[in-house]
Amino acid sequence: MTELTFARPSLDRARLLRLLQDYGVYAGVLVLLLFDVAFTPHFLSVENFRTQAVQVAPVLVVALGMALAIGAEGVDLSVGSVMALSTSLISLYLGYGPWIAVLVALAGGIVVGAANGALIAFVGVQPIVATLALMVAGRGVALVLLPQLKDVRDPDMAALGSGAVLGVPYLVLIAAGLALLTAFVMRRTTFGRQVLAIGDSRPAARLAGLPVGRVLVVVYVSCGALAAIAGVLATARLSASDPTSLGTLMELSAITAVVVGGTPLSGGRVRVGGTVAGAVLIQLLTTTLIKHDLPPSWTQIAQAAVIVLAVYAARERGRR
Amino acid sequence: MTAHTEEAGVPAPTVQGTGDGPERADRSERLSALAQQHGALVTLVIAMVVASLSFDTFLTGDNLENMALSSAFLAVVALGMTFVIVTGGIDLSVGSLFALGGVLAAWGSRYGTAVALLLPLAVCGLVGLVNGLLIARVRLAPFIVTLAAMLGARGLLLAITDEGSRTYLVDKDSFFATLGQGTLLGVGVPVWITLALFAAGAVVLRRSRFGQYVYAVGGNEDAGALMGAPVARTKITVYTLSGLCAGLAGALNAAWLASGVTILGTGMELDAISAVVIGGTLLTGGSGFISGSLVGVLLLKVIQNVINQIGSLDSAYQQVVSGAFLAVVVIAQTWLGRRRRVL
Amino acid sequence: MLSVTGLGKSFPGVRALSDVDLTVRAGTVHALVGENGAGKSTLIKVLTGVYRPDAGEVVYDGAPVSFATPLAAQRAGISTIYQEVNLVPLMSVARNLCLGREPRGRLGLIDFRRMHREAAEALERLGLRVDVRRPLRELGVGAQQMVALARAVAVDARVVVMDEPTSSLEPREVATLFRVIRMLRDQGVAVVYVSHRMDELYEICDEVTVLRDGRVVHTGPLAGLDRLRLVSLMLGREIGEVRAEGLTKFSGGHDAESEPVLRATDLTIRHKLRGVSLAVRPGEVVGLGGLLGSGRSETAKAIAGALPTDAGRVAVAGAPVRPGSTAAAIRAGISLLPEDRKAEGIVPGLSVRENIALAALPALSRFGLVDDARIDRIVDTFVKRLRIKTAGPHQRVGELSGGNQQKVLLARWLALHPKVLLLDEPTRGIDVGAKAEVQALIDELADDGLAVLLISSDTEELIEGSDRVVVLKEGVVVSELTGAAVTEDALMRAIAAVPAGGPDD
Repeated sequence: MTELTFARPSLDRARLLRLLQDYGVYAGVLVLLLFDVAFTPHFLSVENFRTQAVQVAPVLVVALGMALAIGAEGVDLSVGSVMALSTSLISLYLGYGPWIAVLVALAGGIVVGAANGALIAFVGVQPIVATLALMVAGRGVALVLLPQLKDVRDPDMAALGSGAVLGVPYLVLIAAGLALLTAFVMRRTTFGRQVLAIGDSRPAARLAGLPVGRVLVVVYVSCGALAAIAGVLATARLSASDPTSLGTLMELSAITAVVVGGTPLSGGRVRVGGTVAGAVLIQLLTTTLIKHDLPPSWTQIAQAAVIVLAVYAARERGRR
Repeated sequence: MTAHTEEAGVPAPTVQGTGDGPERADRSERLSALAQQHGALVTLVIAMVVASLSFDTFLTGDNLENMALSSAFLAVVALGMTFVIVTGGIDLSVGSLFALGGVLAAWGSRYGTAVALLLPLAVCGLVGLVNGLLIARVRLAPFIVTLAAMLGARGLLLAITDEGSRTYLVDKDSFFATLGQGTLLGVGVPVWITLALFAAGAVVLRRSRFGQYVYAVGGNEDAGALMGAPVARTKITVYTLSGLCAGLAGALNAAWLASGVTILGTGMELDAISAVVIGGTLLTGGSGFISGSLVGVLLLKVIQNVINQIGSLDSAYQQVVSGAFLAVVVIAQTWLGRRRRVL
Repeated sequence: MLSVTGLGKSFPGVRALSDVDLTVRAGTVHALVGENGAGKSTLIKVLTGVYRPDAGEVVYDGAPVSFATPLAAQRAGISTIYQEVNLVPLMSVARNLCLGREPRGRLGLIDFRRMHREAAEALERLGLRVDVRRPLRELGVGAQQMVALARAVAVDARVVVMDEPTSSLEPREVATLFRVIRMLRDQGVAVVYVSHRMDELYEICDEVTVLRDGRVVHTGPLAGLDRLRLVSLMLGREIGEVRAEGLTKFSGGHDAESEPVLRATDLTIRHKLRGVSLAVRPGEVVGLGGLLGSGRSETAKAIAGALPTDAGRVAVAGAPVRPGSTAAAIRAGISLLPEDRKAEGIVPGLSVRENIALAALPALSRFGLVDDARIDRIVDTFVKRLRIKTAGPHQRVGELSGGNQQKVLLARWLALHPKVLLLDEPTRGIDVGAKAEVQALIDELADDGLAVLLISSDTEELIEGSDRVVVLKEGVVVSELTGAAVTEDALMRAIAAVPAGGPDD
């Protein structure tokens, strides 16, 4: 996450590019914040910040898992479907109590993640393809389980969706906690190092005796579990289960957050802080455009442009 | 140890690898190639036989006509996708382009058939061209570029329809509407157009020099470049083709529905990719064929039709089945591919 | 026919070619030799339009030219055969042969019947009879190489560049290749021939240009140049030196009395190895000799669990090792320094520190949490002991020189306290100074009681570094040299000898 190399004062082009890749996302967030403070009415209010934070929470949680997958030189396109599956399972099992429902939803995400991981690690299918199959099938299963929108009326879920501690919503606390946990895992555990080594050079990792298959399965299981948690959070916030639309294009938002945050698509590097900032950046961009009465169509086009720019900026690093 | 032949005094280098059974290796190689080429067709025939035995309504003229028509639009999209996948790429923007093409065609139809056809082709072709340029020249990953294009095209679509609230209609008596709704020899015009496009596509991929380049780029890009294949130009062409196909399919669909429906096309990229892969094209590139994609589309549509006929089943089962199907095909491909590499 | 003057080419941080002159005449075979990293590959890539030169001029057929792409060079009549077969394995033989210049009939469509006929004829002229409609990958490597050659010849090439074309050919195929080269030469084609094999150079080439460190150090007819002189030109050392002290820093001579710590029995991999057995004692360096493709790397990888075996056993200190698992081999005390350092060895984006600690991580952590203090100590020890030159433990390994990368890899394995060290080409592609250091280090490790299996294409290194040499040929152990018999001459004889069963069993 942090790079402690303050050598050579020469600011040549490569170095500038590197700085842009590493800190561009923070600068972007700052610029947007300043712009909003100056030009957007009612931006500087506690209520607004709370809304923004609550909206970004599910995206961030999914993006954390996506960052792991991308760091291991993969990608997980099934995250949106896992969210849908998660929300369907919650509705179905809410009768047994909220905890059981949440656990079942989590189990669903883990199963999808394990299937992804097994296809990728043991069968040798490309990540895009394997997770594509699960993306199609996952939403199908979600819709089979729960064909249409259903209200979720449960006091505990409602509390999760709108409650707060010291003014900070539970959703935000959970997302922040998961971000810290991910950062800790990446920095301090053997698993974190092994993910990076596998993402950087899989043959080398294999010859160094790393349990490549096992690590990959854990990566995709984590990704599935995080997406399921995001599904739970979104369900709680909306007080409804909508497997048709929940999580559509979520894979795109998550990938955008990760890539904008400076994690290269070529793997071998995971920037958790950058991913958080990336998710915030996308959220701020959307809000800014909406608050200035620009239609959603513009938001989509702007997001597309940001993705291409971010991938373009990260491109140089891929070429070693 | 090795099959060593001498003919006319010319020492012939050994051709087969060493080992105990070149013939056995040969046979399993051929079998797996056969499975790749005809597996989908065999499955389609079985599925149709089972369906017509199980449901009286399956083998009726109306039902078949409906299936053919609804297959036609997806098939055109899959045609373009086949070229992209044979080069080892992927195009996720086709669903959005399909919808965009439909809206543009419906809007353009008031200015005549030419505008109704050329406008979507021009716009969607341009998006495909930009995709191709970003992928081939700037060397960005295909899935992320086309994912962005999917979003951008959807945004564009919303921008020209008052955020999706306006639906342009096609005049039912115009020639353009005939392209979608007319029949020729009792078969819908879109079906004829689709068949013609597939015939042309098959000839281009199998018999033209460009087609050889498509295979070479997908089979081994570096070798292809060293052998003189214009790699960048080939890639740009296939993504442009894919955009054009998606746009045309959208336009035909608009003519058929007599309106530019804004909510169409979501998830279509997945159906198209599934159809292509089920049809025997390797997602890793370098191998595949046009007719397989048509079979793949038909197979998906037959499954859908059967699920609809059962009635008690929700249409969501369609997604479960095609996702599972895709997984099975991909596993089989990977497995066969690995066995071949060992040989 | 083709000449270059004052050619220069730089890459970030490296000056690959400087002021290179080369003249290749029609109807001659011109050898281009030099050690790894001398600039041969770069020169070839400039000639064939892959790279553009920074300085200098390429004159072809009397006029200055600048090829933008390999295709442009090919169209102009300069064809290339690359070291690795560069064809498309999934496409048919005929399609590979004719890509980009398929015979076309009406409507501009490809005339397949004519294409297949022409392809079959072109291959038959080179003595190859195959079904040209079958996918290329069904052919053996030698036959694929012939297809590449047929492709080069078929474009009416006037200059053919061959980059180590024989590295994966059988002797019989080499003979066919040479027949074709002579045929081309007699037709007035200029051939640029790159190879490391002395015998081949003297058999087929007329002229020679020697490159060293990106500069031309000698050019002229080959006939008057004796082998020792050529070697000394390539290596940049005087003849006396070569004779007197040898080229390597090995001391040789280790204890050979104790029980073997590594015992591999009957290793078999379909098409690659047949019943390879060998044993290494503690403190012993056993060389694995043979040509490229003889199964040396495969043997090492099979022992290290990196290649699945069809049969055979590996035991360390008497205890069997589960086959096909690198993790199991590492636990048993076997460490492999792979041949392809960049692709299979280092993890370029991670730091020196992470690379050294990578394999030992489970031992250096508690409950999955990494013990940074211990890692720092170990890294520090090895950086000092192996004299790894780095800006600091946090520098990325990808930024280090080849020799230092190799030392980082050695450190990664030594941190595990292995019993057996398998070294596959440990000094390839690293500079002379670092090479001597790595060689001395191997010696030292063996003295400390490690069992070492050494693979090297550099016969000198193999002979001087090893106490015994096991010679492989086509996946079979053909000979074992011990004691006074460990000489280059004996190694060559062992490689050249006809296997006991004869070629056709």
